[in-house]
Amino acid sequence: MRTATSLAERPGMQADTGPAVAAAPATIVAFPSARPPIGAKLKSLLGFVAERLLPPAIVLLAVGVIWQLVCSEPGASLPPPSQILNDSWELIANPFYDRGGLDMGLFWHILASLKRVAIGYAFAAVVGVALGTLVGQSRLAMRGLDPLFQVLRTVPPLAWLPLSLAAFRDGQPSAVFVIFITSVWPIIINTAVGIRNIPQDYRNVARVLRLNPLEHFTRIMIPAASPYIFSGLRIGIGLSWLAIVAAEMLIGGVGIGFFIWDAWNSSLIGDIIVALVYVGIVGFCLDRLVALAAHVITHGTTSS
Amino acid sequence: MHKPYLSLSLVGKTFSRGAATTEVLRDVSLDVAQGEYVSIIGHSGCGKSTLLNIIAGLTEVSSGAVLLENREVTEPGPDRAVVFQNHSLLPWLTVYDNVKLAVDKLFRGTKSAGERHEWTMFSLELVHMGHAKDKRPAEISGGMKQRVGIARALAMEPKVLLLDEPFGALDALTRAHLQDQVMAIHARLGNTVIMITHDVDEAVLLSDRIVMMTNGPAATIGEILPVPLARPRQRVQLASDGAYLSCRAAVLRFLYERNRFVEAA
Ligand SMILES: Nc1ncnc2c1ncn2[C@@H]1O[C@H](COP(=O)(O)OP(=O)(O)OP(=O)(O)O)[C@@H](O)[C@H]1O
Ligand SMILES: [Mg+2]
Repeated sequence: MRTATSLAERPGMQADTGPAVAAAPATIVAFPSARPPIGAKLKSLLGFVAERLLPPAIVLLAVGVIWQLVCSEPGASLPPPSQILNDSWELIANPFYDRGGLDMGLFWHILASLKRVAIGYAFAAVVGVALGTLVGQSRLAMRGLDPLFQVLRTVPPLAWLPLSLAAFRDGQPSAVFVIFITSVWPIIINTAVGIRNIPQDYRNVARVLRLNPLEHFTRIMIPAASPYIFSGLRIGIGLSWLAIVAAEMLIGGVGIGFFIWDAWNSSLIGDIIVALVYVGIVGFCLDRLVALAAHVITHGTTSS
Repeated sequence: MHKPYLSLSLVGKTFSRGAATTEVLRDVSLDVAQGEYVSIIGHSGCGKSTLLNIIAGLTEVSSGAVLLENREVTEPGPDRAVVFQNHSLLPWLTVYDNVKLAVDKLFRGTKSAGERHEWTMFSLELVHMGHAKDKRPAEISGGMKQRVGIARALAMEPKVLLLDEPFGALDALTRAHLQDQVMAIHARLGNTVIMITHDVDEAVLLSDRIVMMTNGPAATIGEILPVPLARPRQRVQLASDGAYLSCRAAVLRFLYERNRFVEAA
């Protein structure tokens, strides 16, 4: 994945246009023909299980066993897995319950967090691509804005929270704003680098055809820069998920961040660990989702 | 007096970056008749691409003017379609869509959707690329890419077709094959063509006239050689043809005796 951290960066051309399909970790088994004999089908399925699913399963089991052994001693500060299963079984088994107030299943907390991320991230994507295009296209805009971006992007996400609370006077939009401001920088910067690296040839094609600015933007600039744009979008989604948990701890209400904080205050260590597993899995899915979108939209010219 | 179709008069080009200026072209004058096939030959770096880009309107002249059908060329346009030195197909579009992009843009008002599809396929068939229409540029060979580039340019029905070393990066066999195809298309459609080349044989085989450029800086036209060979031309028979050989010798003499390539100090 290409990751540009600075607007001034000009990687060698063409990395984005070639068949840069890195051998992606296959999650789908490709069957060679439409109707393979059932034996071969089974065999390739077994092969897939042995190759891809078995190693992580073994590692997971080993970690669990060691954890169990280490934390079974009396006086251990963390509960062993068996106790977590016991104490937090309702949380694991039923993510959908809702008893009013904040007493609801993890699904609802995650959903609330995802909603905030979706809104903030959608704004960031639109604003990021627009500003990135401007900065990538115009030397003047770049001179004016780049130093500002370079400074602002290093501000830690949570440092924006008090300011946005002061501005919005409400937790909900503040959390969304923190997501926005966290994920917008990599999108701007990567888009700008992508636009700047569009080969002159493509621009010449557009000029010979006399594409109007809108056609030029949608037919040439966006597709040509899309490998860069998507690498920015992917970094952005990761950062937003990092930021939302921390922001929600501070603003309270429904959300996975506050759930974790609440569990800590009630000394429910088991609940915290279950929530962490959920957070990790959701974060992973978000990342895969953007990677998948990139793969589909750029026809496999970005590696996933 | 009969007005020429395309005419360059005293074209000059000076690039400047800050205080440093380089005069690349000086006083280039050339008249091209409709349907004529003109080659431009000269040593690397003398300004051939610059000249072609000026005709295309992609580069502005510093002095002089380019007239096409008595109208001054000031900006790029589909009436002067360019096949670029490195094909410049859009890698995210299929072969078909690369050509269709041009067809849709130019004929949206005048052709129906079905006609535009047919015109796209017709252009691809001209270069024998209809079979690969659903492939992406990364999936086809260099020669095939160049053919698609030519198809895209032809699909624009340009007044002048501009070719910048269209076969430069190809092996000898593919190159010969494409030269034959371009000759056949030129015979069939009668386009006006301006082609840059490094290759003496290619210039003599394809052209009605060969424009030989002097070395830069401040390059200009050194000599214009008419090629009095009847069409259609067959490369195998020409290999021993007297007129062919004397044209070839004239170009070689110009390039290697009178304007030897000097390594810029
Ligand atoms: N944008 C530019 N700014 C400054 N100098 C330029 C620019 N474009 C071209 N030149 C200079 O103009 C000269 C001619 O370049 P051009 O690309 O036209 O050569 P060419 O004859 O096409 O060479 P080749 O056969 O290698 O393609 C070169 O010395 C080059 O350095
Ligand atoms: Mg050139």
